[in-house]
Parts: sequence; C-alpha cells; structure tokens
Amino acid sequence: MAKVFKGRPVVPGKATATALVSQAGFNTLASYQKSLLFGDKNATCSDQNNPDLYGKEMVGTALCLPQTIGSTTGGLVLFSAAAMGRQPACLLFSQPIDSLAAAGAILSDVWTDASMPTVDGLGEEFLAYVQTGMTVTVDEDGTVTVE
Amino acid sequence: MKLTQEQQAILDGSQGEVMAKVMKTMVMYGDTFGAEEMIPVTGAKGHLVTSFGFGVMTAMFDLMDQLIEAGIVSKQPFTMDPRPMDKNVPSNLIMDLITKKFMYTKQASYEEQLAKVGLESRETGFTCACYFDEVGNVPKKGDILSWAESSAVVYANSVLGARCNRNSGIIDLFGSILGCVPKFGLLTDEGRKATWVIDVKTSKKPEAQILGSAIGMKVMEEVPYVRGLDLFLGNELNQQTRDYLKDFGAATASNGAVGLYHIEGLTPEAVEQGEALIAEGAQVYVIDDDELERVEKGYPLIWKDPDAQPKLAFIGCPHLSLEQLKDWAHKIDEALTAAGRKKVAVPTVMTTPVAVLDKFNETPEAAMLKARGVVVSYICPLMYMNNPLAGKMPVITNSNKLRTYTTARYYKSDELLRQITKGGDR
Repeated sequence: MAKVFKGRPVVPGKATATALVSQAGFNTLASYQKSLLFGDKNATCSDQNNPDLYGKEMVGTALCLPQTIGSTTGGLVLFSAAAMGRQPACLLFSQPIDSLAAAGAILSDVWTDASMPTVDGLGEEFLAYVQTGMTVTVDEDGTVTVE
Repeated sequence: MKLTQEQQAILDGSQGEVMAKVMKTMVMYGDTFGAEEMIPVTGAKGHLVTSFGFGVMTAMFDLMDQLIEAGIVSKQPFTMDPRPMDKNVPSNLIMDLITKKFMYTKQASYEEQLAKVGLESRETGFTCACYFDEVGNVPKKGDILSWAESSAVVYANSVLGARCNRNSGIIDLFGSILGCVPKFGLLTDEGRKATWVIDVKTSKKPEAQILGSAIGMKVMEEVPYVRGLDLFLGNELNQQTRDYLKDFGAATASNGAVGLYHIEGLTPEAVEQGEALIAEGAQVYVIDDDELERVEKGYPLIWKDPDAQPKLAFIGCPHLSLEQLKDWAHKIDEALTAAGRKKVAVPTVMTTPVAVLDKFNETPEAAMLKARGVVVSYICPLMYMNNPLAGKMPVITNSNKLRTYTTARYYKSDELLRQITKGGDR
C-alpha cells in the first residue's frame, strides 16, 4: 500500500526511483570519495562508518536521509557527482536540510544539467517507514509517495 | 527574499549571465533558510575551504573557468585551507604516485585559477588557522563573513565575535564575489542564542579535544553556552586560552556541526551578555570526569590490526600556533632525554601555517625538533589521510577532527607524547 508524505521542495522536480535509506547522517565526502577517485560510475558508497550504505550503489537512487554530516566540502562533492551524472535521482530529507546539502543541491540545479529534486522536512515518520528497495515517487510540490 | 535594486539587477543579468547564476545560487541558498535579505560582507578577507585540486572535481574547475572568462574577481582577497601535499612529510613511492597521478592532479592549475579570482598569496595564503596574527586574516567583532572551513568558522564566531554561517565550499567564494550573503542563522541575534547549557563539573581542566567532541556529539548544530570552564581557563583571552578554544572548537565542529559556542566569562558575547544569551527552554548537559571518559571510550578504532605499531603521528589539525609548536618542542625534547632516546620513536609531523613556520624556524626550538627527527610542515593532515594507502596506515593523533574524518587513532596529548617518545608500548 502506498503511503504519502509531504515535505518542502528545496529544488523542485519529479522523479521515481528505488529507495536507498541511511538512518544515520550522510557523510557526503566519505560516501563519494572512493567512487570519485577511481571513476566508479555507480557511485558505490565508501563510508565505512555508515552500515546502511557502505558498499551500496548510490547513483540513480532515491536517497533518503536525516541530514548530511562531515566536511564543509560536502556541497562541492555533491555538485561534482551531479556534473558527472553520478548523482542520486532525488534527495529526501526527514529533517530540515543542512547548509552543506542545500549548497550541493542548489549548485547542481543552477550550474549543471543534472536533475536531482530535493525535498526536506519529511518528518521522522518518513525515515521510519521507507526502506531500501521500496519505490519512491517525488512530485514538484514536495509530495513523496512510498510503495 | 527582498533584494536591493542592485542585487535584483545582477540576478536579472545586468553584470552578465555568469554573475546572474552566482546571484541565483545565493538567493536560492538564502530562500532555503528563510533569509529575508542579503547583507554586505564587512570582513576584510574571505576564507575558502577547497584548497585541493582533486582531479575528478572537473565541475569545480569548469566553474572557475567560467568565472575567469567572465572577468569575475572576488570583491575581497581570500585565504585558503592548507595544501594537500608537502614533500617533507613521510610517504612512500606508491603513495606519492596515487597523490600526484590520481588525486591532486590539478593542484597547480587550480591554484592558478584561484590566484586569478582573488587568492591573497600563493606563498602564505594556505592554512585552516587563517586567524593567526602571523597569517593576518583576523576578523573584527561584528564583521559579517563569507567563510567556509568548519574550524575557522566556529573560531571566528565564538572567539572573535564575527558573524558567519557554516557555509559549503563554493558558497564561500560566491559570497566574496558578490560582497553580500543571505542573512540567516548565525548572522542573526536570534540565531546566536544558546539552546544548550553545558555545565562543566570536571575535577581538572578537561582535554580540549574531548570536551569539544562530547559537546559536538550532544548538541550537533545547535549553540552551546558553556558554564564552569572559566574556572580552569580564567577570564582572559590570551594566547593559551585562544589555542585551547581553537582545538576545542574544531572538535565541536567536526564531531558535531557546531558553528558558534559561548564560554561564560571568556568569549566576547558571553562576557557582554552573560546568561541573557541562553534561549528559553534550553536543554542542559552536565559534563563530569565520567562523561568525558565515556565519550573517549566510545571512539571506534578502525585499524585492521588494533595492535599495530603506529607508523606516523600527526599533531596540528587544526594547524598549531607558534606557542604550541614551541611548547611541543620542549615537551618532546624533555621526554626523549628522560627516556634516553635520541629521536622520536614514531615518525612525527607537526603542522602549522607557512607564516608561522617561517617564524618558528628562527627560534632555537626549530633546531631542537629537527635534531629529534620531528618534521614541521604546512600540509593538511586530513588531505594526506585521504590517500587510500595512508588510510590503511596505523596513524595516531591528538586531533579529534582527524580522528572523526579518517582512520587515525586518537590519543590525549600526554598519551600521544608518551607514544612518540617511548615507542608504541601501551
């Protein structure tokens, strides 16, 4: 059965993708470092401290997370991944977005052709409900449907 | 967000398409956080976090090219985080190959781009501790800044009383280019109110790096008001307390996401406003000896072989002050003499800005460290550790920032001193 959540579109857009869920804060630099370094087109997550994502391919997924954490290069890393077409299909935050992730999403929107709709404030219930492998659809107005 | 006529004109393209995109980025950034206006950057200099020419970040180099081709120059000169490479730091051939041929392949060309856009100096402009007097990027109280580098932002806000958000790389540069930043968060009086009260009830002066880590992990991005620490630090912002707060703050900012803290009776806003800075309904976190021990014991050791002998020690993330360098020189010298050793038992690198290094080299302590086999470098230890081979090496440090971002193992300063002067016996 489908369940609907409503958030705020930070970068509005539409996407349907398979969920990849991180219950812990998403460390952007640590997650993308190895895939950027070694030209891995699937963007396999290299953050050993994140058991939910480590070793999983991130490209084209509906990345569901509370917030991002770590180095202030985080926004730049996301932007670089997007410019190479290795970004997630969308970014879905249970909490209000943090300044680093916001920078990454906005830079990708303004300076690249990549599409990465970004919605925040979906609530703790969203992260409790959505599981890796579920299908997620995002709408322009920040509506997120999980099934 | 309400823009001034001039800002609106830039957004509409009066200064060209690239400048319009710069403005659009900053307007969207401000809108996301509920900013109602853009306010002028009043600090004299900027500071950027992205100091490394990581070859695969082609998007960033393309963006820099677009700025340069459009003739865009920052309205203020800026300093940068430390360089990722220094040949004086121990490594091996394969590590060097990975660093130079795979990782930081664009270092030279990126630095040329930076120089064209507004980098203050290719000689002395690279350090995370740009606020040292020797480096000379020292904001005044109340200055509005467009900086990134979490440890520098938290220092400027807390110790100097300047105002800056925890910006991402590129956003830092865009604010310096436009000369204005969206007003939200730590740029507002409301955003500088403390939503956490920290009561320090330890039996002695807490280790700065562990106290900062404990507070960061508890409050995450919120603002803490710390009571009881002035009993140990005193009520004067002198070199010693500034160094303590530098290391403390870097730990709050990396183990959590703190951008501003107030220390009762010590930091400028706390001295002026006292407990009026505490927001209604603030939560309380009591830190005693047991709590610090609990936090330290919770650090995971992610070495493959937990009993491996350390191969390298890093001291100086964030970069060390001149006084810290001298202090370490004497401590290492005395401890080695006491242990009957000529040289350090673990190769040791201490890091500091070039401008401080130049001064340090004129002191007797420089020769002292050299004789003991210690390397003093301007490198960024974090970027060194980003090399996958360095990540597999058993590296030890007294930096909680380095611990949290890399595989380095944390030791308190006294314990680290014991490790490097007497060998790896535990």
